[in-house]
Amino acid sequence: MSVTPFAAPAQPQGCAVPSIERERGQRQVFCGLSGIVWLHRKIQDAFFLVVGSRTCAHLLQSAAGVMIFAEPRFATAILEDRDLAGMADCNQELDRVVAEVLERRPDIKMLFLVGSCPSEVIKLDLGKAAERLSRAHAGRVRVLDYSASGLETTFTQGEDACLHALVPHLPALPSMERSLLVVGTLPDIVEDQFKRLFNALEIEPVHFLPPRNAESLPPVGPGTSVLLAQPFLGETARALHKRGAALLHAPFPFGIEGTLAWLKAGAAAWGVAPERVEEVAAPAVARARLGLERQREHLAGKRISFLPDSQLEIPLARFLQRECGMELVEVATPFVDRQLMDAELALLAPETRLTEGQDLETQLDRLRAARPDLTVCGLGLANPLEAEGLRTKWSIELVFSPVHGFDQAGDLAELFVRPLLRNELLKV
Amino acid sequence: MQLTLWSYEGPPHIGAMRVATSMKDVHLVLHAPAGDTYADLLFTMIERRAARPPVAYTTFQARELGGDTAALVKETIAACYERFKPQVLLVGESCTAELIQDQPGALAQGMGLPVPVLPLELPAYTRKENWGANETFYQLVRGLLKARAPEPGQESALRHGGERPRANLLGPTALGFRCRDDVTEITRLLDAAGVDVHVVAPLGASPADLLRIPEADFNVCLYPEVADQACDWLRRTFKQPVVRSVPIGIGATRDFLDEVARITGRDTSSARDPIWSRMPWYSRSVDSTYLTGKRVFIFGDATHAVAAARVASEELGFTVVGLGTYAREFAREVREAAKRYGVEPLITDDYLEVEARVAEAHPELVLGTQMERHIAKRLGIPCAVISAPVHVQDFPARYAPQMGYEGANVLFDTWVHPLMMGLEEHLVTMFREDFEFHDGATPSHLGPGAAPRDAVAETAEGGEVSGASSAGEAPGEDEGAGAGETVMAWAADAEQELKKIPFFVRGKARRNTERYAAERGIQTITVETLYDAKAHFGR
Repeated sequence: MSVTPFAAPAQPQGCAVPSIERERGQRQVFCGLSGIVWLHRKIQDAFFLVVGSRTCAHLLQSAAGVMIFAEPRFATAILEDRDLAGMADCNQELDRVVAEVLERRPDIKMLFLVGSCPSEVIKLDLGKAAERLSRAHAGRVRVLDYSASGLETTFTQGEDACLHALVPHLPALPSMERSLLVVGTLPDIVEDQFKRLFNALEIEPVHFLPPRNAESLPPVGPGTSVLLAQPFLGETARALHKRGAALLHAPFPFGIEGTLAWLKAGAAAWGVAPERVEEVAAPAVARARLGLERQREHLAGKRISFLPDSQLEIPLARFLQRECGMELVEVATPFVDRQLMDAELALLAPETRLTEGQDLETQLDRLRAARPDLTVCGLGLANPLEAEGLRTKWSIELVFSPVHGFDQAGDLAELFVRPLLRNELLKV
Repeated sequence: MQLTLWSYEGPPHIGAMRVATSMKDVHLVLHAPAGDTYADLLFTMIERRAARPPVAYTTFQARELGGDTAALVKETIAACYERFKPQVLLVGESCTAELIQDQPGALAQGMGLPVPVLPLELPAYTRKENWGANETFYQLVRGLLKARAPEPGQESALRHGGERPRANLLGPTALGFRCRDDVTEITRLLDAAGVDVHVVAPLGASPADLLRIPEADFNVCLYPEVADQACDWLRRTFKQPVVRSVPIGIGATRDFLDEVARITGRDTSSARDPIWSRMPWYSRSVDSTYLTGKRVFIFGDATHAVAAARVASEELGFTVVGLGTYAREFAREVREAAKRYGVEPLITDDYLEVEARVAEAHPELVLGTQMERHIAKRLGIPCAVISAPVHVQDFPARYAPQMGYEGANVLFDTWVHPLMMGLEEHLVTMFREDFEFHDGATPSHLGPGAAPRDAVAETAEGGEVSGASSAGEAPGEDEGAGAGETVMAWAADAEQELKKIPFFVRGKARRNTERYAAERGIQTITVETLYDAKAHFGR
């Protein structure tokens, strides 16, 4: 049965899943603010105003600075001494800064006030501020808030917090109507591919969250079936369930196997037979096989470790093991949401070493002892590991590149092949 | 609250990290929430450092806030000491930890570690990165050396007994602009002047090296933004004179050698103007005539900005049309320099303000930081980077100092390269209407791939502001507002003639002509009025 209300976690059906080892200690991972780097490009009339410190501004600049040359649709309202000492009223100050932003960017329709570590610690109520500002600028801009502080969110969880904030504002899906809602930021080109596939299966309408602009917020209601395109959206999924939507359980759409199972879950909710999915997907699957074949010869038998970073670790490890023949040395992930991951865990070999959380130094000790052929890690660690003779793949690239679906399966594998090939190529 | 799009400096703990990362056998424990570990990538990605910064973060999370974050601090310190065995342990906190007031420095001092523990005060809500670096370096130097402060009259006991005078080079750090190569270049320069370099710090120094600082005869304050406090304290405490000339450019390098001569009492002329110092001749060669009066806008940290203004004006014959800094601590130096060049100093860390001022000044070249590179790109103006903050491309693989004679050679090449070459510029002026040889075309030596300046220049000129597109918005609005106030009518042929004037002076030509016409009650501007105004104002 594929239509399972999300609140009732599916039990593993008797098959062995890997056990999870939990670690605590120093973490090496971005906070949720980094999600702004892709979210502000996806929702083209949204602006993200971080209420935080100079550190927050510096993080965004460092994480995004390489990629953004136009004026960004994000900024930081930097808290200063007079805000903290109570000499300035934080709410008045925020109103002033928001007015400044809106004056500068008349094209903005949706404004997110994004909470940070310092704003959380001083208990600045951004929810109230968002309500007040929404009233003040009614008809001009919708003001929302969420927290992406490093105290509560890690890296991609920032997107979960952002989408979660959108859920109450989604229009209601009229009763008796149904819709398929794909949740998680996807490149436009991948969205269009999925839409074509679903439409070929006569599954309509298909909506996407986040939308490409503030005007096209997708509706949600009891007739909505939710497919998660990204594995880090647990809170959003639970909120959608509260609005009546049913969550479809499936592996995530990476690789042929994941994408096929994901489409079949959507199809089943519509009463479309799995055979029909295979029929419709056949040309895309054939292309993907061709693309993967070329990459597989470079990856098969190679050993890979994942450091905890993007939350994509488990589905990607599954893809690399089952479709590319790689050997998993260790798969570490910031946290495991069992409700979201069950379908993925069931596909992993039961002996896979799975780690939740991080204790950086001991993890690096293990890595140095195991010396895998490839290590997936964050930007801060990549060069030092390369200098130790380990080949690496930056995980952030996996968040920014089109990697979902059939037509990107080969590209996804290629991202892992490239550092290996480069290593063979270089004679310096 | 301050609205910030891009910032010139990080918070002060980043400055502390720059000092720690520069050094050997030092470790910094930073009380900070999980996300603050992003800072490692500045060093490993932007500067391509092969090792992780020596920083242990407590990475506390929400669940620890209710509990015992202080215990977490102690655990982190103990584990860090156990694993890395540093000679000195620095302890600081980032913005969030400052708010929860665990006082990690005091906690660390109470742990009885067998090495010096230095607590750092890094006020995140009032100070910034350079201040943090300056303070950390000063605290390190003072903390390690204060016990050795001599009784009055005894200071010479610590001096080395060698033949040649010795100098410490103070201030170069990780993530600093071209520090690595400047150190090599200045070491070579001093060697030619008969002076040995004793300690370089913080870059490459260990705490043991810092202890040897008082043995040298004098200190060179290579980067005042990082080293001026430490240099002042060493001067007061160990009577070590400080060389304050920053040797960027030919004139400043000569001043530097003169200052070394005064302090050491030695003749340093052997180091003056070596045969491979080509910049003075390159600048005097006839091809460089076209550099005369090029309008240049300069913005950066105070040291590099002030030095660049002198080089631009005295050594390349440019006209300085803007000079500013984001470093408020050094605003005085920049104000004084701005007075010399007759420009209004720009002291701000607001990127938007800098952008507006650049657009207003219509420069032909921008010398700035990574941020001004963005600005110049949007305005279609050539740009060279002269100061931190910079991006990965400004940590070049090749030897490219800014200081000393080789530094001056590098400045000539990097500032002149983005400009149109002499004769090419004349041809463009002569045959302005050639369809592929117009003023919007990129200099041919930059290749066909480089973006033409047409679109951007036209936006800035015509004030066509599209609401949705962000590019060129601020200057566009600025120009648009200016053009909107115009009550003066332009005859069609005069308007046409105006377009033949290079875009970077076109705005000024328009304003001058209109002013000229207004003062004389001329209703419609003709081609004649345009040239009358040109003759009136001259150039």
